[in-house]
Amino acid sequence: MKFSQSSFQGRNLTLWRGDRCLFQNLGFTLGNSQWMHVMGGNGSGKTTLLRVLCGLSMAESGDILWNDKRIDRSRFDYHSSMIYMGHLEGLKGDMNPEENLRFHYQLRDKQAGDRIEMAIERMGLQRCRTLSCRYLSAGQRRRAALARFLVSQATLWILDEPFANLDVKGRALVEEMVSEHLAKGGMAILAAHHDMQISGGTEVPVELS
Amino acid sequence: MQTPGLLDSALALLARDLKLGYRRLGELANPLVFFLVVATLFPLATSPEKELLMEIGPGIVWVAALLSSVLALDTLYRSDMDDGTLEQMALSPQPLAWLLLIKTIAHWLVSGLPLVILAPLVAKAFFLPAEAMWGMVASLALGTPTLSLIGSIGAALTAGLRRGGALVAMLVLPLSMPILIFGARATDLAMDGMDITGPLNLLAAIMFLALSLGPIAAAAAIRVSLD
Repeated sequence: MKFSQSSFQGRNLTLWRGDRCLFQNLGFTLGNSQWMHVMGGNGSGKTTLLRVLCGLSMAESGDILWNDKRIDRSRFDYHSSMIYMGHLEGLKGDMNPEENLRFHYQLRDKQAGDRIEMAIERMGLQRCRTLSCRYLSAGQRRRAALARFLVSQATLWILDEPFANLDVKGRALVEEMVSEHLAKGGMAILAAHHDMQISGGTEVPVELS
Repeated sequence: MQTPGLLDSALALLARDLKLGYRRLGELANPLVFFLVVATLFPLATSPEKELLMEIGPGIVWVAALLSSVLALDTLYRSDMDDGTLEQMALSPQPLAWLLLIKTIAHWLVSGLPLVILAPLVAKAFFLPAEAMWGMVASLALGTPTLSLIGSIGAALTAGLRRGGALVAMLVLPLSMPILIFGARATDLAMDGMDITGPLNLLAAIMFLALSLGPIAAAAAIRVSLD
Protein backbone atom coordinates (compact mmCIF):
# COMPACT_ATOMS: atom_id res chain seq x y z
CA MET A 1 0.00 0.00 0.00
CA LYS A 2 1.21 3.49 -0.89
CA PHE A 3 -0.08 6.67 0.69
CA SER A 4 -1.62 9.24 -1.61
CA GLN A 5 -0.11 12.68 -2.07
CA SER A 6 -0.71 14.79 1.03
CA SER A 7 0.77 17.78 2.74
CA PHE A 8 0.93 19.04 6.30
CA GLN A 9 1.82 22.64 6.89
CA GLY A 10 2.26 24.99 9.80
CA ARG A 11 2.34 28.73 9.28
CA ASN A 12 3.44 31.43 11.73
CA LEU A 13 2.58 29.38 14.80
CA THR A 14 2.98 31.26 18.04
CA LEU A 15 2.20 30.06 21.52
CA TRP A 16 2.73 31.61 24.93
CA ARG A 17 2.35 29.81 28.22
CA GLY A 18 2.14 32.39 30.96
CA ASP A 19 4.89 34.93 30.24
CA ARG A 20 7.07 32.39 28.41
CA CYS A 21 7.07 32.14 24.65
CA LEU A 22 7.30 28.48 23.63
CA PHE A 23 7.57 29.17 19.91
CA GLN A 24 7.09 32.17 17.70
CA ASN A 25 6.42 32.34 13.96
CA LEU A 26 7.13 28.64 13.62
CA GLY A 27 6.60 27.35 10.13
CA PHE A 28 7.16 23.99 8.44
CA THR A 29 6.01 21.91 5.51
CA LEU A 30 5.86 18.13 5.51
CA GLY A 31 5.29 16.09 2.40
CA ASN A 32 5.18 12.37 1.69
CA SER A 33 8.11 10.41 3.13
CA GLN A 34 9.22 13.29 5.33
CA TRP A 35 9.45 13.27 9.08
CA MET A 36 9.73 16.08 11.53
CA HIS A 37 12.11 15.68 14.43
CA VAL A 38 11.05 17.97 17.27
CA MET A 39 14.03 18.48 19.52
CA GLY A 40 14.55 20.43 22.71
CA GLY A 41 15.29 19.94 26.37
CA ASN A 42 12.82 19.21 29.14
CA GLY A 43 10.20 21.90 29.39
CA SER A 44 10.96 23.40 26.00
CA GLY A 45 7.40 22.82 24.76
CA LYS A 46 7.74 19.68 22.63
CA THR A 47 4.57 18.10 24.00
CA THR A 48 2.64 21.36 23.73
CA LEU A 49 3.69 21.77 20.10
CA LEU A 50 2.59 18.23 19.31
CA ARG A 51 -0.78 18.79 20.99
CA VAL A 52 -1.22 21.95 18.95
CA LEU A 53 -0.42 20.00 15.77
CA CYS A 54 -3.03 17.38 16.73
CA GLY A 55 -5.69 20.00 17.26
CA LEU A 56 -6.00 19.28 20.99
CA SER A 57 -4.62 22.68 21.98
CA MET A 58 -4.96 25.97 20.18
CA ALA A 59 -2.05 28.12 19.11
CA GLU A 60 -2.42 31.82 19.83
CA SER A 61 -1.92 32.65 16.18
CA GLY A 62 -1.05 30.86 12.99
CA ASP A 63 -2.64 28.14 10.89
CA ILE A 64 -2.16 24.42 10.60
CA LEU A 65 -3.14 23.03 7.23
CA TRP A 66 -3.80 19.45 6.20
CA ASN A 67 -3.97 19.21 2.39
CA ASP A 68 -4.33 23.01 2.33
CA LYS A 69 -7.37 23.01 4.61
CA ARG A 70 -7.28 24.33 8.16
CA ILE A 71 -7.48 21.40 10.56
CA ASP A 72 -10.04 23.05 12.84
CA ARG A 73 -12.34 23.50 9.82
CA SER A 74 -11.98 19.97 8.48
CA ARG A 75 -11.71 17.82 11.58
CA PHE A 76 -13.13 14.73 9.91
CA ASP A 77 -10.58 14.71 7.08
CA TYR A 78 -7.68 15.49 9.36
CA HIS A 79 -8.56 13.10 12.15
CA SER A 80 -9.18 10.24 9.73
CA SER A 81 -5.67 10.66 8.37
CA MET A 82 -3.70 11.05 11.59
CA ILE A 83 -2.89 9.03 14.68
CA TYR A 84 -1.38 10.33 17.90
CA MET A 85 0.24 8.91 20.97
CA GLY A 86 1.05 11.20 23.85
CA HIS A 87 2.32 10.67 27.37
CA LEU A 88 -0.98 9.08 28.31
CA GLU A 89 -1.33 5.76 26.54
CA GLY A 90 -5.08 5.94 26.14
CA LEU A 91 -5.59 2.42 27.43
CA LYS A 92 -8.39 1.41 29.75
CA GLY A 93 -6.93 -0.32 32.81
CA ASP A 94 -9.92 -2.65 33.09
CA MET A 95 -9.64 -3.92 29.53
CA ASN A 96 -6.91 -6.06 27.98
CA PRO A 97 -4.68 -4.83 25.14
CA GLU A 98 -6.76 -6.57 22.51
CA GLU A 99 -10.05 -5.07 23.73
CA ASN A 100 -8.42 -1.64 23.88
CA LEU A 101 -7.13 -1.99 20.36
CA ARG A 102 -10.48 -3.22 19.03
CA PHE A 103 -12.38 -0.36 20.63
CA HIS A 104 -9.92 2.19 19.26
CA TYR A 105 -10.64 0.96 15.74
CA GLN A 106 -14.38 0.56 16.23
CA LEU A 107 -14.46 4.36 16.11
CA ARG A 108 -12.05 4.66 13.19
CA ASP A 109 -11.84 1.80 10.74
CA LYS A 110 -14.30 -0.98 10.00
CA GLN A 111 -11.76 -3.19 8.27
CA ALA A 112 -9.10 -3.24 10.97
CA GLY A 113 -10.08 -6.72 12.20
CA ASP A 114 -7.29 -8.98 10.91
CA ARG A 115 -4.58 -6.33 11.16
CA ILE A 116 -5.19 -6.25 14.93
CA GLU A 117 -4.11 -9.87 15.26
CA MET A 118 -0.92 -9.14 13.35
CA ALA A 119 -0.16 -6.02 15.38
CA ILE A 120 -0.44 -7.85 18.71
CA GLU A 121 1.95 -10.49 17.47
CA ARG A 122 4.51 -8.07 16.11
CA MET A 123 4.49 -5.95 19.28
CA GLY A 124 5.18 -9.11 21.32
CA LEU A 125 1.97 -8.90 23.30
CA GLN A 126 0.76 -12.49 22.82
CA ARG A 127 1.51 -13.44 26.40
CA CYS A 128 -0.44 -10.57 27.95
CA ARG A 129 -3.28 -10.26 25.47
CA THR A 130 -5.89 -11.43 28.00
CA LEU A 131 -4.44 -9.53 30.94
CA SER A 132 -6.04 -6.25 32.04
CA CYS A 133 -3.80 -3.33 31.08
CA ARG A 134 -3.70 -2.28 34.72
CA TYR A 135 -1.49 -5.31 35.46
CA LEU A 136 0.95 -4.65 32.61
CA SER A 137 4.34 -3.06 33.08
CA ALA A 138 4.91 0.46 31.78
CA GLY A 139 6.84 -0.91 28.80
CA GLN A 140 4.13 -3.41 27.93
CA ARG A 141 1.50 -0.66 28.10
CA ARG A 142 3.64 1.41 25.77
CA ARG A 143 3.79 -1.52 23.37
CA ALA A 144 0.01 -1.95 23.56
CA ALA A 145 -0.42 1.71 22.65
CA LEU A 146 2.12 1.47 19.83
CA ALA A 147 0.24 -1.52 18.40
CA ARG A 148 -2.36 1.03 17.25
CA PHE A 149 0.16 2.41 14.76
CA LEU A 150 0.67 -1.01 13.20
CA VAL A 151 -3.08 -1.34 12.63
CA SER A 152 -3.46 2.22 11.44
CA GLN A 153 -3.68 3.27 7.82
CA ALA A 154 -3.34 6.94 8.73
CA THR A 155 -0.86 8.98 6.71
CA LEU A 156 0.40 11.15 9.55
CA TRP A 157 1.87 9.65 12.71
CA ILE A 158 2.44 11.92 15.69
CA LEU A 159 4.48 10.36 18.49
CA ASP A 160 5.48 12.07 21.70
CA GLU A 161 8.59 10.46 23.24
CA PRO A 162 7.87 7.06 21.66
CA PHE A 163 10.89 5.46 23.34
CA ALA A 164 9.83 6.16 26.91
CA ASN A 165 9.84 2.96 29.01
CA LEU A 166 10.80 0.77 26.06
CA ASP A 167 13.65 -1.75 26.11
CA VAL A 168 16.36 -1.94 23.43
CA LYS A 169 14.31 -4.28 21.25
CA GLY A 170 11.27 -2.07 21.61
CA ARG A 171 13.21 1.00 20.52
CA ALA A 172 14.54 -0.79 17.46
CA LEU A 173 11.00 -1.90 16.65
CA VAL A 174 9.69 1.67 16.80
CA GLU A 175 12.49 2.89 14.53
CA GLU A 176 11.70 0.07 12.14
CA MET A 177 7.97 0.85 12.18
CA VAL A 178 8.53 4.54 11.46
CA SER A 179 11.03 3.72 8.70
CA GLU A 180 8.56 1.35 7.02
CA HIS A 181 5.83 3.94 7.31
CA LEU A 182 8.01 6.59 5.66
CA ALA A 183 9.07 4.18 2.92
CA LYS A 184 5.40 3.74 2.03
CA GLY A 185 5.07 7.50 1.63
CA GLY A 186 3.75 8.29 5.11
CA MET A 187 4.64 11.24 7.31
CA ALA A 188 5.70 11.28 10.93
CA ILE A 189 6.26 13.83 13.66
CA LEU A 190 8.43 12.62 16.52
CA ALA A 191 9.39 14.44 19.66
CA ALA A 192 12.53 13.06 21.23
CA HIS A 193 15.62 14.60 22.82
CA HIS A 194 18.07 12.12 21.30
CA ASP A 195 19.02 10.81 17.88
CA MET A 196 17.04 8.14 16.13
CA GLN A 197 18.02 5.66 13.45
CA ILE A 198 15.30 6.31 10.94
CA SER A 199 15.67 5.59 7.26
CA GLY A 200 13.31 5.70 4.32
CA GLY A 201 12.52 9.40 4.57
CA THR A 202 14.00 12.85 4.91
CA GLU A 203 14.32 14.53 8.26
CA VAL A 204 12.93 17.98 8.91
CA PRO A 205 14.48 19.14 12.19
CA VAL A 206 12.68 21.59 14.45
CA GLU A 207 14.57 22.81 17.48
CA LEU A 208 12.73 24.37 20.42
CA SER A 209 14.66 26.36 22.97
CA MET B 1 -10.11 2.59 5.16
CA GLN B 2 -13.80 2.79 5.93
CA THR B 3 -14.92 4.99 8.81
CA PRO B 4 -17.69 3.41 10.90
CA GLY B 5 -21.03 5.22 10.90
CA LEU B 6 -22.58 7.00 13.86
CA LEU B 7 -24.62 3.97 14.87
CA ASP B 8 -21.65 1.58 14.77
CA SER B 9 -19.51 3.89 16.86
CA ALA B 10 -22.38 4.48 19.30
CA LEU B 11 -22.93 0.76 19.84
CA ALA B 12 -19.21 0.16 20.32
CA LEU B 13 -18.89 2.95 22.89
CA LEU B 14 -22.07 1.92 24.70
CA ALA B 15 -20.83 -1.67 24.89
CA ARG B 16 -17.44 -0.52 26.18
CA ASP B 17 -18.87 1.75 28.88
CA LEU B 18 -21.35 -0.86 30.08
CA LYS B 19 -18.60 -3.47 30.16
CA LEU B 20 -16.35 -1.16 32.17
CA GLY B 21 -19.27 -0.40 34.47
CA TYR B 22 -19.81 -4.10 35.02
CA ARG B 23 -16.13 -4.54 35.88
CA ARG B 24 -16.41 -1.72 38.44
CA LEU B 25 -19.70 -2.68 40.08
CA GLY B 26 -18.63 -1.41 43.51
CA GLU B 27 -18.04 2.10 42.20
CA LEU B 28 -21.46 2.10 40.56
CA ALA B 29 -23.24 0.94 43.69
CA ASN B 30 -22.02 3.94 45.75
CA PRO B 31 -24.53 6.52 44.46
CA LEU B 32 -27.37 4.01 44.84
CA VAL B 33 -26.49 3.24 48.44
CA PHE B 34 -26.17 6.99 48.99
CA PHE B 35 -29.69 7.45 47.60
CA LEU B 36 -31.14 4.88 49.99
CA VAL B 37 -29.21 6.21 53.00
CA VAL B 38 -30.16 9.86 52.44
CA ALA B 39 -33.80 8.89 52.07
CA THR B 40 -33.71 6.92 55.32
CA LEU B 41 -32.08 9.79 57.23
CA PHE B 42 -35.15 12.03 57.01
CA PRO B 43 -37.56 9.94 59.09
CA LEU B 44 -34.83 9.65 61.73
CA ALA B 45 -34.32 13.41 61.84
CA THR B 46 -38.00 14.39 61.74
CA SER B 47 -40.54 11.88 62.98
CA PRO B 48 -41.73 8.49 61.80
CA GLU B 49 -45.40 9.55 61.76
CA LYS B 50 -47.27 8.36 58.71
CA GLU B 51 -48.96 11.72 57.87
CA LEU B 52 -45.73 13.71 57.99
CA LEU B 53 -43.80 11.15 55.94
CA MET B 54 -46.52 11.08 53.29
CA GLU B 55 -46.34 14.86 53.17
CA ILE B 56 -42.57 15.12 52.69
CA GLY B 57 -41.99 11.79 50.89
CA PRO B 58 -42.07 12.95 47.24
CA GLY B 59 -39.77 15.86 47.94
CA ILE B 60 -37.28 13.68 49.78
CA VAL B 61 -37.15 11.04 47.06
CA TRP B 62 -36.45 13.77 44.51
CA VAL B 63 -33.81 15.56 46.55
CA ALA B 64 -32.07 12.24 47.26
CA ALA B 65 -32.18 11.34 43.56
CA LEU B 66 -30.73 14.74 42.63
CA LEU B 67 -27.88 14.49 45.16
CA SER B 68 -27.03 10.94 44.19
CA SER B 69 -26.95 11.84 40.49
CA VAL B 70 -24.54 14.69 41.26
CA LEU B 71 -22.41 12.30 43.29
CA ALA B 72 -22.30 9.86 40.36
CA LEU B 73 -21.11 12.56 37.93
CA ASP B 74 -17.52 12.24 39.00
CA THR B 75 -17.25 8.84 37.31
CA LEU B 76 -18.58 10.15 33.98
CA TYR B 77 -15.41 11.59 32.43
CA ARG B 78 -12.79 11.37 35.18
CA SER B 79 -11.25 7.99 34.36
CA ASP B 80 -11.32 8.54 30.59
CA MET B 81 -9.63 11.88 31.14
CA ASP B 82 -6.95 10.43 33.41
CA ASP B 83 -5.92 7.54 31.15
CA GLY B 84 -6.03 9.50 27.91
CA THR B 85 -8.87 7.60 26.22
CA LEU B 86 -10.94 10.79 26.08
CA GLU B 87 -8.10 12.50 24.24
CA GLN B 88 -8.10 9.63 21.74
CA MET B 89 -11.88 9.96 21.34
CA ALA B 90 -11.51 13.67 20.66
CA LEU B 91 -9.01 12.77 17.93
CA SER B 92 -11.27 10.20 16.28
CA PRO B 93 -13.19 11.08 13.12
CA GLN B 94 -16.47 10.69 15.04
CA PRO B 95 -18.19 13.88 16.25
CA LEU B 96 -17.18 14.47 19.87
CA ALA B 97 -20.67 15.67 20.87
CA TRP B 98 -22.13 12.38 19.64
CA LEU B 99 -19.60 10.30 21.60
CA LEU B 100 -20.25 12.31 24.75
CA LEU B 101 -24.01 11.88 24.32
CA ILE B 102 -23.52 8.11 24.12
CA LYS B 103 -21.26 8.18 27.18
CA THR B 104 -23.93 10.14 29.06
CA ILE B 105 -26.62 7.65 28.03
CA ALA B 106 -24.42 4.76 29.21
CA HIS B 107 -23.85 6.64 32.46
CA TRP B 108 -27.60 7.15 32.92
CA LEU B 109 -28.23 3.44 32.29
CA VAL B 110 -25.96 2.51 35.20
CA SER B 111 -26.66 5.40 37.58
CA GLY B 112 -30.06 6.92 36.71
CA LEU B 113 -32.08 3.91 35.68
CA PRO B 114 -31.36 2.00 38.92
CA LEU B 115 -32.71 5.04 40.83
CA VAL B 116 -35.95 4.88 38.85
CA ILE B 117 -36.21 1.19 39.70
CA LEU B 118 -35.33 1.67 43.39
CA ALA B 119 -37.64 4.66 43.91
CA PRO B 120 -40.86 2.63 44.52
CA LEU B 121 -39.07 0.87 47.37
CA VAL B 122 -38.28 4.17 49.06
CA ALA B 123 -41.76 5.50 48.26
CA LYS B 124 -43.25 2.48 50.00
CA ALA B 125 -41.17 3.28 53.09
CA PHE B 126 -42.69 6.77 53.09
CA PHE B 127 -46.24 5.33 52.96
CA LEU B 128 -46.87 6.78 49.51
CA PRO B 129 -50.15 5.41 48.11
CA ALA B 130 -49.97 2.96 45.21
CA GLU B 131 -51.58 5.43 42.77
CA ALA B 132 -48.77 7.94 43.42
CA MET B 133 -46.14 5.32 42.62
CA TRP B 134 -46.74 5.44 38.88
CA GLY B 135 -46.48 9.25 38.85
CA MET B 136 -43.22 9.15 40.78
CA VAL B 137 -41.63 6.53 38.53
CA ALA B 138 -42.75 8.37 35.39
CA SER B 139 -41.43 11.71 36.61
CA LEU B 140 -38.10 10.15 37.64
CA ALA B 141 -37.83 8.35 34.30
CA LEU B 142 -38.21 11.69 32.52
CA GLY B 143 -36.22 13.74 35.01
CA THR B 144 -33.10 11.68 35.70
CA PRO B 145 -31.89 11.66 32.04
CA THR B 146 -32.02 15.46 32.14
CA LEU B 147 -30.03 15.46 35.37
CA SER B 148 -27.37 13.31 33.67
CA LEU B 149 -27.33 15.50 30.55
CA ILE B 150 -26.98 18.76 32.50
CA GLY B 151 -24.50 17.09 34.80
CA SER B 152 -22.49 16.01 31.78
CA ILE B 153 -21.77 19.67 30.98
CA GLY B 154 -20.61 20.33 34.54
CA ALA B 155 -18.51 17.16 34.58
CA ALA B 156 -16.94 18.12 31.23
CA LEU B 157 -16.05 21.59 32.51
CA THR B 158 -14.35 20.20 35.61
CA ALA B 159 -12.82 17.09 34.00
CA GLY B 160 -9.40 18.74 33.80
CA LEU B 161 -9.36 19.84 37.43
CA ARG B 162 -7.85 17.68 40.11
CA ARG B 163 -10.67 18.24 42.59
CA GLY B 164 -13.83 19.06 40.75
CA GLY B 165 -16.33 17.34 43.05
CA ALA B 166 -17.73 20.30 44.96
CA LEU B 167 -17.49 22.58 41.95
CA VAL B 168 -19.64 20.23 39.86
CA ALA B 169 -22.35 20.33 42.52
CA MET B 170 -22.31 24.13 42.54
CA LEU B 171 -22.50 24.28 38.75
CA VAL B 172 -25.16 21.65 38.30
CA LEU B 173 -27.54 22.00 41.26
CA PRO B 174 -28.91 25.47 40.37
CA LEU B 175 -29.58 24.31 36.81
CA SER B 176 -31.42 21.23 38.06
CA MET B 177 -33.99 23.19 40.10
CA PRO B 178 -36.72 23.20 37.42
CA ILE B 179 -36.53 19.41 37.21
CA LEU B 180 -36.83 19.12 40.97
CA ILE B 181 -39.84 21.47 41.01
CA PHE B 182 -41.78 19.71 38.25
CA GLY B 183 -40.75 16.23 39.35
CA ALA B 184 -41.86 16.68 42.94
CA ARG B 185 -45.00 18.45 41.74
CA ALA B 186 -45.95 15.52 39.51
CA THR B 187 -45.62 13.11 42.41
CA ASP B 188 -47.64 15.44 44.66
CA LEU B 189 -50.44 15.72 42.15
CA ALA B 190 -50.47 11.96 41.66
CA MET B 191 -50.91 11.49 45.42
CA ASP B 192 -53.99 13.70 45.36
CA GLY B 193 -55.32 11.67 42.44
CA MET B 194 -55.05 14.56 39.98
CA ASP B 195 -53.92 14.71 36.38
CA ILE B 196 -50.11 14.79 36.09
CA THR B 197 -49.68 15.23 32.34
CA GLY B 198 -48.85 18.93 32.78
CA PRO B 199 -45.62 18.55 34.80
CA LEU B 200 -44.70 15.38 32.88
CA ASN B 201 -44.94 17.25 29.57
CA LEU B 202 -42.74 19.99 30.97
CA LEU B 203 -40.21 17.43 32.20
CA ALA B 204 -40.18 15.81 28.77
CA ALA B 205 -39.71 19.21 27.12
CA ILE B 206 -36.71 20.00 29.33
CA MET B 207 -35.31 16.55 28.60
CA PHE B 208 -35.45 17.08 24.85
CA LEU B 209 -33.90 20.52 25.21
CA ALA B 210 -31.04 19.03 27.24
CA LEU B 211 -30.76 16.12 24.80
CA SER B 212 -30.33 18.41 21.80
CA LEU B 213 -28.11 21.13 23.27
CA GLY B 214 -26.36 19.42 26.21
CA PRO B 215 -23.89 17.30 24.21
CA ILE B 216 -22.78 20.28 22.12
CA ALA B 217 -22.01 22.28 25.26
CA ALA B 218 -20.29 19.25 26.82
CA ALA B 219 -18.11 18.76 23.72
CA ALA B 220 -17.03 22.41 23.80
CA ALA B 221 -16.26 22.06 27.52
CA ILE B 222 -14.22 18.89 26.97
CA ARG B 223 -12.15 20.62 24.28
CA VAL B 224 -11.38 23.36 26.80
CA SER B 225 -10.52 20.78 29.46
CA LEU B 226 -8.17 18.96 27.09
CA ASP B 227 -6.33 22.15 26.09
